[in-house]
Amino acid sequence: MTEALARLLRSPQGALGSALLLALAVPVVAGPWLAPYDPEQFHFTARLLGPGPDFWLGTDQFGRDLLSRLLVGARSTVLMAVAATALGTGLGAVIGNVSAFAGGRLDEIVMRLLDAVMAIPGLLFALLIVTALGASELNALIAIGITFTPGMARIARSVALTVRKQDYVSAAIARGETQGYIVLREMLPNCVAPIIVEATIRVAFAVMLLATLSFLGLGAQPPSSEWGLMVAEARQFIFRNPWMIVWPGIAIAVVAVGFNLLGDGLRDALNPRT
Amino acid sequence: MSLSYFIRRCGYIVFTLLVVSLLVFGITQLLPGNAAVMLLGENATPEALAAVSSRLGLDQPAWLQYWHWLSGVLAGDFGTSLRTGLPVGPMIFGALGRSLLLAAAALLLMLAVAVPLGVVAALKRGRLADLLVSLVSYVGVSVPEFVTATIVLILLADPALRLFPASGYVPLGEDFWAGLHHLVLPVLTISVILVAHVSRMVRSEMVDVLHSDYVRAARLKGLRRRTVLIRHALRNALLPTITVVALDVGYLLGGIIVVEEIFAFPGIGRQLIVAIQARDLPAIQAGALVMAATYGLANFAADIAYAWLDKRIQYD
Repeated sequence: MTEALARLLRSPQGALGSALLLALAVPVVAGPWLAPYDPEQFHFTARLLGPGPDFWLGTDQFGRDLLSRLLVGARSTVLMAVAATALGTGLGAVIGNVSAFAGGRLDEIVMRLLDAVMAIPGLLFALLIVTALGASELNALIAIGITFTPGMARIARSVALTVRKQDYVSAAIARGETQGYIVLREMLPNCVAPIIVEATIRVAFAVMLLATLSFLGLGAQPPSSEWGLMVAEARQFIFRNPWMIVWPGIAIAVVAVGFNLLGDGLRDALNPRT
Repeated sequence: MSLSYFIRRCGYIVFTLLVVSLLVFGITQLLPGNAAVMLLGENATPEALAAVSSRLGLDQPAWLQYWHWLSGVLAGDFGTSLRTGLPVGPMIFGALGRSLLLAAAALLLMLAVAVPLGVVAALKRGRLADLLVSLVSYVGVSVPEFVTATIVLILLADPALRLFPASGYVPLGEDFWAGLHHLVLPVLTISVILVAHVSRMVRSEMVDVLHSDYVRAARLKGLRRRTVLIRHALRNALLPTITVVALDVGYLLGGIIVVEEIFAFPGIGRQLIVAIQARDLPAIQAGALVMAATYGLANFAADIAYAWLDKRIQYD
């Protein structure tokens, strides 16, 4: 494990991605304490300002401090995306492993169904689910998790198929362990590495999907300072204060770039052959 | 490509479309708020609600409703919009046509930019040009469409400069130049993400192909550099790119929802958003089904094209 970590930090992508995400962890953990102002406090004498000495990144149409809103919004943007990915990964890993373990007809049917579900573009699928569940941040999270499930299940299955052939699984079957025990205790732990790589890259997608849903009014609701919602609320004022869009836009991009880089770096670090 | 592969692939797309229709119908059935209440308002009498419910078939069991809907769709009847009272079918296909125009223009622009970028990056591997292309593509795939679109708006649609219109649509048949003028910003936005994706793919395929034995053989034969590059390397590198482009069509359809919404372009994505906001059930179902079907068909076409172009692969 330490060897893989060292390899990760030696690759340029891995090092840069880790650095970006470490920097990002600061506002996620301590955002509300670092914020110079209350993110919902109005300053009517200082509306739609550009960057300046009082408000470092400027203010929005109500005079709310953009820096404070960004710092506080980091949590609802990043943690929600990670949670949505975790949900999709967990569901997908279980489905993929069960399907691979069962094999035969059931495996065939499950895979065909998953392929068919994946024929629906991701954003469209998430949009439909959120519409059915109702617009809220939690429902957006669930929708993204469900949207990610088929893809993760496919990857988990292909990994599990190779694990399934290993001697320790045959040994567990010979010992007479239950199927649930074999899937959960013998197979899943050995599928973790490739699944983590895929999940890391998916977090970048999740951040963008979540922000997009909020942007369309179907995710986080005002007065939240989720970054996608910040961009949506800034739309009317783009020519009067472009900074209102630039900062959350950069923030979303940095998160997505960070997870993309880390995912690529992890893939190289965990598969030294390729 | 054998006939049996083709037939199996056809059967498979029919199965996919069936599952998709079941999903779309199933999910929209969960929508809060009954369609009859939508139509008559909250204050309608129970009798009036019951009458409308039975007229719309809402009092039937779900599977019967699904059957009626599906057989209607197969006959080309997508139902009546609850919002406008007009048939949904013509509305959806008109919007789909406009969206496909947008998508086709974006694909063309993307290919014109992404393929040369990928080739240059592969030839200058590890040098400044390559790093720049990688950096641009990382940023391109990491910025969501709605941010790209808004930045494009800020830069090119400032009302003071009057470079390009910020929103709307003019049919090309009506006024060709005005129509083109309105297409520029949405097409530009969609292309950014596609270029990022595809140039990365072209680069990695080119790097592999340039190291292959037949490219070396072609060089050693003394063929001209350009001939080797285009006839031998690029042709082989583009083959796997077809699959990526087809997958990108799905991406494109997702991205188009947001881009159309921002630029007020009357395509299928914007129609879906309007339908969702108005809880216009038949329009949501038709829009989602048509979009998913378009994606499924694009993938199908890519698979067939791949099997047909790449004679090395034997599908049994």
